[in-house]
Amino acid sequence: MTRDDAFFQFLLRMGDNTLILGHRVSEWCGHAPVLEEDIALANTALDLIGQTQMWLGLAAEVQGDGKSADDLAFLRDAWDFRNVLLCEVPNGDFGRTLMRQFLFDAWHSIQLGRLMKSSDERVAAIAEKASKEVAYHLERSADTVVGLGDGTEESHRRMQEALDYLWPYVGEMFQSDDVDAEMVKAGIAPDPASLREEYDVLVSRILGDATLTIPESRFAHKGGRTGAMHTEHLGHLLTQMQWLQRAYPGAKW
Amino acid sequence: MYAQMIKSEATQDDPEKLAAFQARIDAGEKIEPKDWMPEGYRKTLIRQIGQHAHSEIVGQLPEGNWITRAPTLERKAILLAKVQDEAGHGLYLYCAAETLGVSRDEITEMLLDGRMKYSSIFNYPTLNWADIGAVGWLVDGAAIMNQVPLQRTSFGPYSRAMIRICKEESFHQRQGYDAIRQMAEGTPEQKKMAQDALNRLWYPSLMMFGPSDKDSVHSAQSMAWKIKMNTNDELRQKFVDQTVPQAEYLGLTIPDPDLKWNDERGHYDYTDPDWSEFFDVIKGNGPCNVDRLAARNKAWDDGAWVRDGLLAHAKKKAARQHAAE
Repeated sequence: MTRDDAFFQFLLRMGDNTLILGHRVSEWCGHAPVLEEDIALANTALDLIGQTQMWLGLAAEVQGDGKSADDLAFLRDAWDFRNVLLCEVPNGDFGRTLMRQFLFDAWHSIQLGRLMKSSDERVAAIAEKASKEVAYHLERSADTVVGLGDGTEESHRRMQEALDYLWPYVGEMFQSDDVDAEMVKAGIAPDPASLREEYDVLVSRILGDATLTIPESRFAHKGGRTGAMHTEHLGHLLTQMQWLQRAYPGAKW
Repeated sequence: MYAQMIKSEATQDDPEKLAAFQARIDAGEKIEPKDWMPEGYRKTLIRQIGQHAHSEIVGQLPEGNWITRAPTLERKAILLAKVQDEAGHGLYLYCAAETLGVSRDEITEMLLDGRMKYSSIFNYPTLNWADIGAVGWLVDGAAIMNQVPLQRTSFGPYSRAMIRICKEESFHQRQGYDAIRQMAEGTPEQKKMAQDALNRLWYPSLMMFGPSDKDSVHSAQSMAWKIKMNTNDELRQKFVDQTVPQAEYLGLTIPDPDLKWNDERGHYDYTDPDWSEFFDVIKGNGPCNVDRLAARNKAWDDGAWVRDGLLAHAKKKAARQHAAE
């Protein structure tokens, strides 16, 4: 694998995470439990789509085939997507959506903090811009997880169920492979495994405040960030997201 | 504008107080929440501001219908920003209504059980991507016609909410026009989508202004109170006059064979919408009424545990803080 191949894969991983999660969050539009949450969810989705434009824009540049961020978003099939599985699992209830957001935001904020020191200035610049948005996402999702975990009996039960369902998708964010080794060597990005300790401290503190119990099993589903095996859900998401571009090839929108 | 057929309430207040109140309005003063106001003024405003707020909220649904299918990242981002603005408009307006003594929960319940209405336009479906452009161009365009004069309305909080809203609405209209222009200048299929959107949304957009109010007593009272600034017919005419040249520029045909410039009047003559259809929609028989209200009710019901949970947490937190002091 050349350095550019690895760099391209790394950028897809960043951009596909924000694209797919942004899409999921945007599905809430008009259906949230209170107006403030509708606004906050739309705002989060908007930030994530904005970050996608930057990551996939850089990915297209590095790929050098004359493609655009839109080509990458709308014209790849599921096996070419590199997002972690956590981002593509369905929304479930509001509790599961916010728990997924928190588990992702916690990783995302640590990752972006490291990427701000990237040897590649373009990566560092995107990370710097995104990190401000993500600091707010994390603050909000953490507060909501605590509020609902330590709320009523029902909200506590639903949040524990959400955590139990999502926990097996957490480990994938910290799995390292050849792409990561190449990125570490080039000083572009950290080794994912090296973020785990900081993540566990942060997540344990918030979930403790939320009176929730972290499952003991460290079992981790994988296959998203390598593209080896996505969930069944991704294909359905893409049929919706990509429909117009696929049905009317070459049209400008 | 999202207020239609707002019935103004009769008022039975002390004639001297009423005269003094009217004098303040005639002098262009703003009425603030703590000032004395006739009961009819208060009730009419709650109904009008509430209907506007509900329209912003229900209006998220037809646009949200396309967020997950937006064809480019940029269009998706623009649409998300727009829908987020609309929820924000709902929030300012509910706050303005709260200053008149109705809580957000109360007014929300009135939407959910059908006691209060939202604009008829949101009971029409968005069926192809050009509808999103057309909603910005026509629906937001029609809304702006009424909202710009309402910046001068007599009730302070409503006027201030309108000033903020108008800034954002003009951005919405521009992005809508840009989106439909891209389609109108695009492939034959895209042009077909743009024309189809205009065909379906033209008359419902004209209906947004409400029926002709030349005979309406309610309208006259609301205009005297400066909570309605122009007649429905004036605004509708202004909208037609503004929109026809835009459609011509786009190369799209307005679905009205009798539409023509009238030199004598200095306006376009146009065909009125089918008012029996309008009254059907108002009564709940529009293409999407049942689904729209069901979606809002489901969001509210499904979210009950979230609202209860967050409230319970806030109480626990306050109690813990209190115990620690």
